[in-house]
Amino acid sequence: MKSKIRKIITFVEETHTELGQPVNPPTRRAAAAAVIENPFAGKFVQDLTELTEIGEELGALLAEHAVAALGVPGPSAESYGKAAAVGENGELEHAAAILHPKLGTPVRKVLGKGAALIPSSKKRGGPGVSLDIPLGHKDAAFVRSHFDGMEIRVNDAPRANEILVAIAVTDSGRPLARVGGLTKEQIKGEDGLR
Amino acid sequence: MPEVNVRKRVVIVEETFHEGGPVADTPLRRAAALAVIHNPFSGRYTPEISGFMEDLKPLGLEMAQSLVAALGGDSKIVEGYGKGAIVGQTGELEHGALWHVPGGYAMREILGGAKAIVPSTKKVGGPGTRLDVPITHINASYVRSHFDSMEVGLADAPRANEILLALVMTTGPRIHARVGGLKASEIKGEDGLR
Repeated sequence: MKSKIRKIITFVEETHTELGQPVNPPTRRAAAAAVIENPFAGKFVQDLTELTEIGEELGALLAEHAVAALGVPGPSAESYGKAAAVGENGELEHAAAILHPKLGTPVRKVLGKGAALIPSSKKRGGPGVSLDIPLGHKDAAFVRSHFDGMEIRVNDAPRANEILVAIAVTDSGRPLARVGGLTKEQIKGEDGLR
Repeated sequence: MPEVNVRKRVVIVEETFHEGGPVADTPLRRAAALAVIHNPFSGRYTPEISGFMEDLKPLGLEMAQSLVAALGGDSKIVEGYGKGAIVGQTGELEHGALWHVPGGYAMREILGGAKAIVPSTKKVGGPGTRLDVPITHINASYVRSHFDSMEVGLADAPRANEILLALVMTTGPRIHARVGGLKASEIKGEDGLR
């Protein structure tokens, strides 16, 4: 492993009711997060290749953890998202190097398909900073019922020389989704949009 | 459908000159427009809510206009965008989803036909809750240099029966973007992706 991982955390959320209205079956989301050492903390480095390779490793590792936490086969996952928080001695671009060049391919491999862009967010922050991982349908970004987000926090990360990297997956859209738009049944799945 | 009752509006502008590397010729600017509105569906489950999307359109347009004004008044300098919502605790996540259509419509209208999907996130939270609004290029979602986000939030909102609505626009790539991928100069602009 190129990544020096201090911690891996998984989260599973189940929603059973909203304002007294049952959600049946409950909607479920999972997130897996890794706290890694930032090899470039404290210095400006032009070439970020080492982090893009770490991203590739974490794509597979975290997608497997998240899908396992969700308890469904990878291809049954419906939406996904990714995010990273860089500790105070790192640079926003370090998160970009992990998330964007190489992380997506192994995630899609775990999930079977994934024609849509993996929505993402990134930030720099101290330990306990919140990460709002945007969520979108994995095969068609415009599926309105699956526009969502999942907040996670890890109280002791990222330390100054660390990066917190997270992937979220769901087996469903929002609870009681009812604002219209493209439905998952209407997905063509050709262009990643519709 | 009920009137849109706005309690508060806020515009935030951020300017970044460097992040440890060379000082950029043009600083990156990010702007956020926030509106705190009464949630007309607070406290009970309302099956039919989608008509409120139409009611929110004029507010969306005002917010988008205020962003362009905050960035200097010329919509042509806007290169990235995003949107989000925080629903107060007696509301439902689905009430935040009402923002997808009017928020996206408003920014496309003001920017003159932006092609890419507007990335979004939403959550339920109390006053002071922060939201990481995801940002992507307005014409091609895959432009890697423009994957970004902006954290927003207000100390006194959303109250339990309120919704905090957010729109975000940016003027360029991350300040030291250098992780490759599709460049803004390579956009074909046909499908909103590339």
